[in-house]
This record gives sequence, C-alpha cells and structure tokens, in this order.
Amino acid sequence: MTITHWALPLAAWILAPLMLGIINRVKAIFAGRRGQPLLQLYYDLFKLLRKGSVYSRSTSIVIRLAPSVTLACMAICTALLPWGSLRAPAAFAGDIILLAYLLGLARFATVLAALDTGSAFEGMGASREVQFAALAEPAFFLGMLVLVLHSGALGLSNIMAGLSAATWQTSGILLILVACSWFVLLLTENSRIPIDDPNTHLELTMIHEVMVLDYSGPDFAYILYGASLKLWIFAALIVNLIVPVQSLPVWGQVPLFLLAIGVVAMLVGVVESILARLRLHQVPKILIGSAALSLIALIVKLMD
Amino acid sequence: MELFISGCVILVFSGAVAVFLGRSRAASPTRSGAADPTHSGAAEWTAALGVWLGCGMALIPVVETLAGRLVQPLHVAWSMPGGSLSFGLDGLSAFFCLPILLISPLAALYGCEYLAHEKKSLGSILFFYNVLVASMLLLMAARNGLLFLVVWEIMAISSFFLVVFDDEHAHVRQAGWIYLIATHIGTAALLVFFALLGRQANSLDFEAMAAAKLAPAMATILFALAVVGFGSKAGFFPLHVWLPEAHPAAPSHVSALMSGVMIKTGIYGLLRALTLLGEPPAAWGWTLVGIGLASGLLGVILALAQNDLKRLLAYCSVENIGVITLGIGTGVLGLAWNQPGLVLLGFGGGILHVLNHAIFKSLLFFGAGAVVHGAGTRDLNHLGGLFKSMRWTGAAFLVASAAIAGLPPFNGFVSEFLIYVAGFSSIRTGATETIILAILVAGGLAMIGGLAAACFAKAFGTVFLGEPRSPQTAKAHEVGAAMRWPMAVLAVLCLGIGLLAPWALKMVLPAVRVMAGTDTASLIEPSAGALRGLSGVVWASAGLLVLAGCLFVIRRSLPRGREEASTGTWDCGYARPTARMQYTATSFAQPLTDLFQVFLGTRKQGGLLQGFFPKNAAFATRTPDAARERLFAPLFLAIDRCVAPIRRMQHGRVHEYLLYIAIVLVVLLIWKAGGQS
Repeated sequence: MTITHWALPLAAWILAPLMLGIINRVKAIFAGRRGQPLLQLYYDLFKLLRKGSVYSRSTSIVIRLAPSVTLACMAICTALLPWGSLRAPAAFAGDIILLAYLLGLARFATVLAALDTGSAFEGMGASREVQFAALAEPAFFLGMLVLVLHSGALGLSNIMAGLSAATWQTSGILLILVACSWFVLLLTENSRIPIDDPNTHLELTMIHEVMVLDYSGPDFAYILYGASLKLWIFAALIVNLIVPVQSLPVWGQVPLFLLAIGVVAMLVGVVESILARLRLHQVPKILIGSAALSLIALIVKLMD
Repeated sequence: MELFISGCVILVFSGAVAVFLGRSRAASPTRSGAADPTHSGAAEWTAALGVWLGCGMALIPVVETLAGRLVQPLHVAWSMPGGSLSFGLDGLSAFFCLPILLISPLAALYGCEYLAHEKKSLGSILFFYNVLVASMLLLMAARNGLLFLVVWEIMAISSFFLVVFDDEHAHVRQAGWIYLIATHIGTAALLVFFALLGRQANSLDFEAMAAAKLAPAMATILFALAVVGFGSKAGFFPLHVWLPEAHPAAPSHVSALMSGVMIKTGIYGLLRALTLLGEPPAAWGWTLVGIGLASGLLGVILALAQNDLKRLLAYCSVENIGVITLGIGTGVLGLAWNQPGLVLLGFGGGILHVLNHAIFKSLLFFGAGAVVHGAGTRDLNHLGGLFKSMRWTGAAFLVASAAIAGLPPFNGFVSEFLIYVAGFSSIRTGATETIILAILVAGGLAMIGGLAAACFAKAFGTVFLGEPRSPQTAKAHEVGAAMRWPMAVLAVLCLGIGLLAPWALKMVLPAVRVMAGTDTASLIEPSAGALRGLSGVVWASAGLLVLAGCLFVIRRSLPRGREEASTGTWDCGYARPTARMQYTATSFAQPLTDLFQVFLGTRKQGGLLQGFFPKNAAFATRTPDAARERLFAPLFLAIDRCVAPIRRMQHGRVHEYLLYIAIVLVVLLIWKAGGQS
C-alpha cells in the first residue's frame, strides 16, 4: 500500500457530490429547465456545515451519532474500491463482504436514528428501507458470486483486475446481467426513481428522504455527503464491471474511469426523467427480479 | 480433570446450601406476618458465589486443554451395566465449556438482583440453576454413552424446573409441559442412538464407539437419530416449538443461560456424534445445510412477526442456530469433498458463532430482563423511549443488536464472515455442487442478515427509541449495578471479539482439529488468504471506529457545532403529534410479514373503520407458531386418538396397578422358564 493508492478514495471524496449535480442537470435538461449549478451540493454542504442544529425533544444520543457512523461507513467503503487494475488501499480476501455489511451498518444507523424521532413518517420510511434492504442483499451477493466464480479471486481488487476486454469476448453476457442487476440495486439503495423519489419530502410513498427529515445543520451535511459517497460506491462497482479500463495503461485508466462514472450519473438522470415511480408493492418484485438476473448469470456460467 | 469435577461438586453443593438459606427466608414472612423487605439475600449470594468458584475451578483445565496441554482423563468404575464414569476434555468440549463458564457466573450475578424482589422461596430456582450449570459442564466432559444420557436428563429436568419457576401462571405451566415433551422426544431419539451405536461397538464408551466400523446404512440411521435428538435441544426447525414458549416463561437470567448456552449443548452433541460416526458422506452435509437454511430463514421471519420481546429473542435463537448449522454443514461437506479450507472456515465459523451467539443472546436476554424490571412489560407495542431513562441497558442492547445482526465491527460479523468466505472459496474449484453450496450459503446468509437487521432495528427501535407508548413505560428506571455490570462485560466482549478476530479464530482451532481429525497446519495452509482477509476486516473495523470518532469530534468542533435548539419532531406540519401516533412494532414489521405471509399465517382481527368519524377501533394481530399449529398439533391429536383406548387401563386404582405388575412378572417368569426348557 502506498500513498498513491490513497489518491483513489481521495478523488472519490472530492468528486462524489458532483455526481448528484450531473444527475440533476440531466433531469433539468429533459424537463426543459436550466437547472441548478453543477456544484450545488458543494454549496449546500458548506452552508450546512456553518449552521447550528435543531433536535427533536424525543431524540436521544442515537440521532446525534448516526451521521458520523454513516459517513464513516461510506468512507471506509470507498477505500475498498479498486479502479480498474489500480488496487484499492485496503484490499483483502472477502472485502466485498465487508463492503456489503458496512452499507448494512450505515443503513442500521439511519433506520435507528429515524425511529429515534418517534415520528410516524420516519417510522414508515424506516420500515420500507429494511424491507427493501433484506431483498437487495441477496441480489448483491449473487452478483458477486458470478464474479468470484469467473475470476477465482476472493478480493474485490483481484476480481476487478482480472476483468478485461478479453472477458467481453468470452463471457460478456455474464457481465451485462450482473451490471443490470447491480444498476437496479444502485437505484434502490440510493433512493432514485423508479424505486423512490429523492425530490419529495412530504409524500407517503417516500423511503429514504423521509428518514432524514429531522436532521439539520452539520448533521444533514454529513447525511447528504454520505449519500453522495454511496452513489459513488455503486457507480464505481458498475464501472469496474462493464468498462474494460484494465486494458489501458495506468495514466489512461483514471480519466476513463472518471468519465465512465459521469456516464453512469447521466444514465441515472435519464432513467429518472423517463420513468415514473413504481407503486410500493411493485418494488419487491423488481428486487427479486434483480436477484434472478444474477442467478441466471450463475446458471449461464455453469453451462459453460 | 479432578479440578473440573470438584468445580461441578462445588456448584451442586452451594446450590444445596442455598436451598436451606432460601427456605429459612421463605419461612420468615409467615412468622412476622408480612414479607420481609430487608432480607439479607444470603441464599442468592451463596449460590452465586458457588457458581463463580465452581466455574473458576473448571476454567483451569479448560484453558489448559485449549492451550494444547493434555488434561489427564478420569475413569471411575460405575455399578451401572455398560456405564462407566469416564470424563475427559478435548478441544471440542473445552471450547464448548467456554460459553458455559462465561455466561453462568454473569447470569448468576444478574440473578441476585433480578430475584431480589421475588416473594417466593428461592430455594428451588437457585438449586436447579447450579445443577443446570454443573450438568452442562459434566455433559461436555462425559465420555460414556450412558453417563452422557444421565447427565443430559439431569440437564433437561433441572432446566424444566427453572422454566416453571413462576408456576402460578397457567401459561408458564403450559410452557413447561411443552418443553418437557419436546426435550423427551429428543431424549428418546438419543436413547435409540446410543443403544444402536453401543451394540455396534460392543461398548458405550466414546472411544470404542469412534473406533467401531459402521455400515453406511447404519451410520445414516444413526445420523438421522442424532439430528432429531440433538436438534430438538438445539432448536432446529421444526423441532424449535419449545423455545418460543419456554424462554419467555423463564426468569430472564435463566432464559439467558438457556438460550445463550444450554441450546448449544445440542450443537455440541451433534458435533460429538459426527466424530463417532466416521467419515461423513456429502448427503449429511447437505442435510445440515438445508436444516440450517430452514431454521435461519424461518426463525428470523417468525422473530420479525413477534411483539413480545422475549419471544422475539427466542425465535432469533432459532435463526442463529440455523447460521451455526449452516457453518457446520459446510464443514461436513468440506470433509466429504476433502477440501481442508472448507473444513476450517465452515466448522470454524459455525463453532465461533456458538460463542458469539452465547455472548450477544445472553446480553439481549439480560437487557430484556432489565426492561421488564424497569418498565414492567415486555410488549413491544407498550414500550418506547427507554434509552433516556435506561442508558446502560440501552447502550448494551444496542451493541448486542448490531452484533446479532452480523454488523461490523462486532463479533457476529466475524463468524458470519468466515461462513461467507467458506461459501465463496469452495466455488473456485468450479464443480457444480460447490457452486450450489455457494449460492445457498451466500444467498441464504445475505437474506438472513438483512432480515435480522430489520428484526433488531424493530426490537431496539421500539423499545428504546421514540416516545413511551404507555404511562408505566414513561416511569421506567435503570436497574442496579448487579444487573448492569454483566451487561457491560458482555457488550465489551462483543466489540472485543470483533476487533481480535484472528485470535478468536485461534481459540476455535482446537475444536476444529477434533472435527477434522488432522493437525492444524494442513487446515490453515489452504485458507491462508481467507485468514489474511480476517485481519483485513479487523483493520477496517478499527479504522471505522476511529474515523467515526474523528468525524463526531470534527462535527462538534465546527464553528456552531455545539449549538443545539430543541423542538418537537417534525411531523409534516401536524401540530400535535402524540406518542400513540408513532409507528408501532407491528406496523414496522408489516411489509416484511406480509411478504412472508405464507410461512407465518398471521391472524388479523378488526381494523376496518366504519362511517366518516369513527370513534372506536381495534386491531390485533397474532402469529401462532406455524410448525406447532400445522405439524405438531395435528400429529399429537392423532396420537392421542390412537392411544385413547389404552387410557382405560390407567384409572388411578393402585391395587389394580399392583395386579398389572404381578401379571407382567408372572408372564416374564413363564417366558423365561419356557425359553430354558
């Protein structure tokens, strides 16, 4: 592990809020608006960090700790992500399991903090969040199994380094299936349309946004920043999977990787613009479908 | 070994002394005419001291065994035909002694305060508690089939008396009966198991049994008997029906001991049986993997649907037994396929989860007991907001909830990580069966983990967070030091094992070696990469803690970071929210329970509102145990119908019973004489 390895998560920490700017810009263009500045989230974060905070009288220490725990989880996760053949600063066998469970810990903290406020709305959001998470986790692991089976490695960095342009010729279908499955997870876990609507705060159908209603000031900045890191994590996984950056020399990998992350953000923006939100009880079906995609990929691999 | 046995003797002896001390206390209120509020508590403290002393003495040979030194086995002749008093410790039994020796003293200390306000005589509960601890320890050391069965029965009976401590309530008595029947169904299977195996080996000593050559068909029959016999104690689905009845009925420190430790004797028995039955075929491994998945998934789904805190925890034990069995099944498959990496990770993860589950489940039951003590109810829909009045209990319960949901940096994650890696690493050989195993392990564990997180978000969230949902909960108070300290110790251990994972795995190695029958080096070498992964997890966990701490400090030291205004919860514009409007435990779990309605059969009553301004409305849900309602109730009714005619012989007239005995004796005599002539 060298200092250059830490450049990768550092870039993620700096650039992650930009992804939301891109998504919002794409949505604005589709809607025929000019839209907010690309750097809007940065402005929001700085504004929030300079503010004091308001807490509900019902709350305890849990809601005060949750933002730090959530953000720490996301930051550690970014340190587990490789960029193409560039290894992550923390790379070991089974790091993918840790990644999934760190996301789980962040979710657990957010859900408990939502219940801490004693609000019926936040309880509702928390209840839906845990339901969808319980279905999303098997889908994530099944996708990971496909990659472990394909590469024979147990660590994320080794798995991703093993993929290349040549992989596309032999087993491109696997990568596409897993990438589709994970893209659904990206939309679910980051509360994007068609699963959830990040723009509504006062609707009975919302999930993630309702859980963070009672945050303010620096806490809310942590939450927003953590959410943008989470989006980055899922986007980086998908980019690693489908963009054969490994085939390029090192100096070319980083720009291509960043470009691809931008494309994923644009894709999310397009999906958000052209799809309507699903009814809530359709969401489990989507998630089970996403697990089925990975299962099909496994079966395809078995047939080889 | 003498030290170990003397520890057990001290346990029983101090229990007997406590009976006399407890008796004198029970007698005193009748003399003075009212309950004596300032009793000395001598009985509780004597019994607890005995537990501490006895466990301390037994710990020495256990640690020696785990450190690799041989503890001299003990053989004493016994007049029982086929029986011998042989005791010994190996890596497997020594490791299983650890949870007993850790939890029993803490639970005894906790019990001292928990029982302090009890008006009944404490003699029986103290005595049977100590007997239960001693019998579990002796069970681990027993090296003879008959001795094992006798100790097994003592364990079952003493825990039965602990369950029915509050026998003035009808539901407690019923729970006791269900437990007694379930445990004896298991004992019946074990009786046949040891009888058959003893006949094959011509001896009831474990050594001779392990050396016996078994035909494959016979071995499979014996394996099935062991699964039923030990599974009924461990709580394999569908034999788990006694857990959700007995655990809530027993006093909390007893539930902690039973759920955290005693059910693991079933796992120990199963592992011991595997060592006696020789090379396992792959089918056994698949059976265990299947049982593990069924218990794990159905256990956690049933737990989600519960509204009684202790019942929820009991079902969650079924889930964790499932995770343990999944690990063991993976290890057995590793033995069958001759993959040492799978053996180490599967058995290692499963057996380490035994210790981990003992720690966090006992902690959760301690927490539940403190909630009952402090708030007077364990109905989730009446609790809420206890974190503000019960900080210690709340913090400990939070740690245990995160640990049992398998979240880093706590101990539950370590053992689940090992089982995951077992599933992932087997896949690399590319054989079809390994891929199926990987799908089952990874998919199953992911699902179980997600549901367990939901379940404990519900448990912790509705008990400790938000606003109190009933007036008595609002007046809750923190418990005293004797109940707080055991919880604190266990919470620290949850984090400690999480951060010292590679050492925890080293502790399990002696047990894995017994299961694998090989030396350590050949086990560790093939999974060296996975073990390095474990230290990676530890570093990442430590980094997580440090980073979260730093972020919190940074957040507080921002220019206006300490500025806090306080207000009501934002309820989307509604001005007067009340505690009754919070999301309840039932509603929190409803999306998931609806999704798994097929397995649950939840019954709903009421809920429909009539007219424009409805005044009164009631809604109730009840989730009966599916296995009990759909499998055991019809089964036992059918048995009842079959044997009903025989009941006419059992009429309570003693002289006719004597006649039966005489007739049987005469018939036997004639049969014996006829055989000789």
